[in-house]
Amino acid sequence: MKLTLKIWRQKNAEDKGGIVDYPIDGIEPDMSFLEMLDVLNEQLINKGEEPVAFDHDCREGICGMCSLFINGEAHGPDRGVTTCQLHMRMFKDGDTIFIEPFRAKAFPVIKDLVVDRTSFDRIQHAGGFISVNTSGNTIDANTIPINKHDADMAFDAATCIGCGACVATCKNSSAMLFVSAKVSQYALLPQGRIEATDRVLNMVHQMDAEGFGNCTNTGACEVECPKGISLENIARMNREYLSASLKG
Amino acid sequence: MALDSKIPHGPISDKWTDYKDHINLVNPANKRNLDVIVVGTGLAGGSAAATLAELGYNVKAFCFQDSPRRAHSIAAQGGINAAKNYQGDGDSVFRLFYDTVKGGDYRAREANVHRLAEVSANIIDQCVAQGVPLAREYGGLLDNRSFGGTLVSRTFYAKGQTGQQLLLGAYSAMNRQIGRGKIKMYNRHEMLDLVIVDGKARGIIARNLITGEIERHSAHAVVIGSGGYGNVFFLSTNAMGSNATAAWKIHKKGAFFANPCYTQIHPTCIPVSGDHQSKLTLMSESLRNDGRIWVPAKLEDAKAIREGKKKPTDLSEEERDYYLERRYPSFGNLVPRDVASRAAKERCDAGFGVNKTGEAVYLDFAAAIQRYGKEQAYVKGLDANDKNLVIKLGTEVVENKYGNLFQMYLKIVDENPYITPMMIYPAVHYTMGGTWVDYNLMTTIPGCFSIGESNFSDHGANRLGASALMQGLADGYFVLPYTIGDYLSPDIKMGPISTDLPEFVEAEKAVKDQIEKFLNNNGTHSVDHFHKKLGKIMWDKVGMARNAKGLNEAIVEIAALREEFYRDVKVPGKANEFNQELEKATRVADFLELGELFAKDALHRNESCGGHFREEYQSADGEAQRDDENFAYVAAWEYKGKPSDAVLHKEELVFDNIKLVTRSYK
Ligand SMILES: Cc1cc2nc3c(=O)[nH]c(=O)nc-3n(C[C@H](O)[C@H](O)[C@H](O)COP(=O)(O)OP(=O)(O)OC[C@H]3O[C@@H](n4cnc5c(N)ncnc54)[C@H](O)[C@@H]3O)c2cc1C
Ligand code: SF4
Ligand code: FES
Repeated sequence: MKLTLKIWRQKNAEDKGGIVDYPIDGIEPDMSFLEMLDVLNEQLINKGEEPVAFDHDCREGICGMCSLFINGEAHGPDRGVTTCQLHMRMFKDGDTIFIEPFRAKAFPVIKDLVVDRTSFDRIQHAGGFISVNTSGNTIDANTIPINKHDADMAFDAATCIGCGACVATCKNSSAMLFVSAKVSQYALLPQGRIEATDRVLNMVHQMDAEGFGNCTNTGACEVECPKGISLENIARMNREYLSASLKG
Repeated sequence: MALDSKIPHGPISDKWTDYKDHINLVNPANKRNLDVIVVGTGLAGGSAAATLAELGYNVKAFCFQDSPRRAHSIAAQGGINAAKNYQGDGDSVFRLFYDTVKGGDYRAREANVHRLAEVSANIIDQCVAQGVPLAREYGGLLDNRSFGGTLVSRTFYAKGQTGQQLLLGAYSAMNRQIGRGKIKMYNRHEMLDLVIVDGKARGIIARNLITGEIERHSAHAVVIGSGGYGNVFFLSTNAMGSNATAAWKIHKKGAFFANPCYTQIHPTCIPVSGDHQSKLTLMSESLRNDGRIWVPAKLEDAKAIREGKKKPTDLSEEERDYYLERRYPSFGNLVPRDVASRAAKERCDAGFGVNKTGEAVYLDFAAAIQRYGKEQAYVKGLDANDKNLVIKLGTEVVENKYGNLFQMYLKIVDENPYITPMMIYPAVHYTMGGTWVDYNLMTTIPGCFSIGESNFSDHGANRLGASALMQGLADGYFVLPYTIGDYLSPDIKMGPISTDLPEFVEAEKAVKDQIEKFLNNNGTHSVDHFHKKLGKIMWDKVGMARNAKGLNEAIVEIAALREEFYRDVKVPGKANEFNQELEKATRVADFLELGELFAKDALHRNESCGGHFREEYQSADGEAQRDDENFAYVAAWEYKGKPSDAVLHKEELVFDNIKLVTRSYK
């Protein structure tokens, strides 16, 4: 395939940045999107130009490191996948593809397509855990039976990979889907209930402090989430938050 | 230097308990005066950092990703073993110990493996207490499944995302300590050297990957949890960033490197499709619980399939060769990985491969879909003879168990595995070799510890499925926190270590010099160009099967490639900025040395064992032939300037509790 890539280049956080055109040829449909960028970078290096910086690691859709806004969609046109799982067979010969970083105030650009998502970590520092000692002197795991339905729902919420597509795609840059996934996981498990009040207050407080926007229930986040994290989690978090506020 | 494994005396089942009863403890008030550096935040490093901080030490943790949550452990799919015997199927600490030693082809240290089996049950309790959503049965209790190489169901799991859930558990424990200020987290930082002061590990040199700044960090002890070195093959199931630099840099500073040639080739990966491929994707081994592995029985059918003239579903049961079930009737599709991988290679080499390149076999779920579908129809009181209904119900069950893996396959191969059998082929997956450590998990450098996949200790020459996660968490949560205290107890009055010491200055200069050299080299080829070439030599001559001729060639070729790399590599950009090519360059430089030692180790080991298969040493029916008389030892290499000059030290392995017998899964 022959393509025209229009890629956001930005030297560093201070640089203004802009779109640069790169024609590319010889792309196979079974290449992943990132492998296509590898091919481009190899060509740029050989020509003595600087390769395009982009984040990636596992390349199998689980680490949450890859990002990219492709033709105006987080992780590109396919559903339920990350960029590393997006394949070139989703595009046609002759296509023009826009590639930009995940944009949000709380995700400053580091270079080219790489953004800083540590605001997500800081929300977790504020309460994304259960306060249990890691010494191993805990009770036998089977002494707390958990209803399979609850366990499955907790698991579904827990599969969020922290990629930030929900934020990037939201017109308000809200982090509600991400935060609610974590809040839900613990809210659904007996182990997490004890600290539930503080957890939701602290996490939401930190979320606001990081500069994420508000949720206006547009639902774009759910559509773009590669792991199918559902809006129900946001509803659950709102309930948790409301009852915590009343208590607090 | 003589290797002292420091294995405690006494009966195997008492060693760890006795050890813990007699070590030196550090008073909680004094722990505050001790700093520990942890390099790596995977299951091993993450759990260690959280626990050490919990105990009161000041922890500085490092990872090269933007968040600890993205360490390669996140990708582990199938599960984690523990001797809980919840299923009442005869599991016990001894049986887990036995299976692990046997699975490793009798090349692991008994005392370590027994300790691992002992603490395994605690891991599950710990993780559940942290809110890790492991799979449950309808009654609310934890569910188990079985994995290759064992006859009991001892594997705990969270769908096909077990590593993710366990790592998020360790990450949440870290978050709690980061929030309390007990862990200082250094994301996007890469350790590029170890600093030794007065013979002890006292710090590291790290590069801030965003600003490019070279930083000095001091501590009373350094823990390496940097994962495995499978990416020396370029194509592997590892994450793209996984690398050997931390382990290799401590090796160059005096830590012995043990059994580098022990590498696991995983049997169920998506086959290579073309030259542009950047990595190989694993399909969890748990699939072998329900999938049956086969190739066409007749060569002409295999050919017809390769040419697209026939489909796998066209072949009847009789026209298929379920070669694992045929060769290994008691373990069948559940033989360990080394056995399954070699059997696939054997069939493909004989011409029975089923994809275009002839390097793939089938993993077929049709029988499982039928079986589950009938069962469901029966349970639900529906018509078990309604074919479509049975397939629908059966597909649902399979989807429930392995849905994410099937989706992954579909996305990559563009074929629906519920209908057409999956194609799989072995790929490089896990490295059993690594830095040599004693019973305390300390390397041959005092104060430098190595945990998780970066050490060599628990899996011998082959790892059983679901055992790496177990080892990572055992080391980090339950073993290191004791052993490091024993080491640190004399240091309580020492006070902070200055980073102005000449040793820091010198190490920093060496790192900066290497970086400058790369950036000023102005060669003609990218780093990947060399990495791919190295990978090809490794796979062709040091891969799934090795022989003396190929290994001798590989050693020469790798040394030549290394020279070419230093002469001709081109690294664009600058030192003081975000520079991914530079990151790759320093990593590949280390792989180019490690690869040679790897081949050298494989050449000296004149036997076949586990993941190390030397073609000269096999039985008439193609099974690996061990030589216990001459090779029942750990090969620990000491660095002497060049990989070719490395000096071999042997730690003899003593088997008091398990008799060495030929490993058979027939
Ligand atoms: C696809 C796949 C599936 C698997 N499935 C299973 C399974 O089902 N069950 C099982 O038991 N095992 C499984 N394994 C094996 C298991 O995942 C790994 O062995 C284990 O996770 C390794 O953990 P670790 O903590 O030692 O290292 P890793 O998780 O690899 O962590 C390494 C850490 O070190 C950091 N690091 C490395 N070098 C540096 C440096 N120089 N400076 C700073 N930081 C550095 C990284 O940033 C990272 O944080 C699987 C492996 C793969 C590849
Ligand atoms: S909720 Fe979905 S889109 Fe948002 S961070 Fe998690 S996985 Fe990514
Ligand atoms: S690179 Fe890990 S999710 Fe894409």
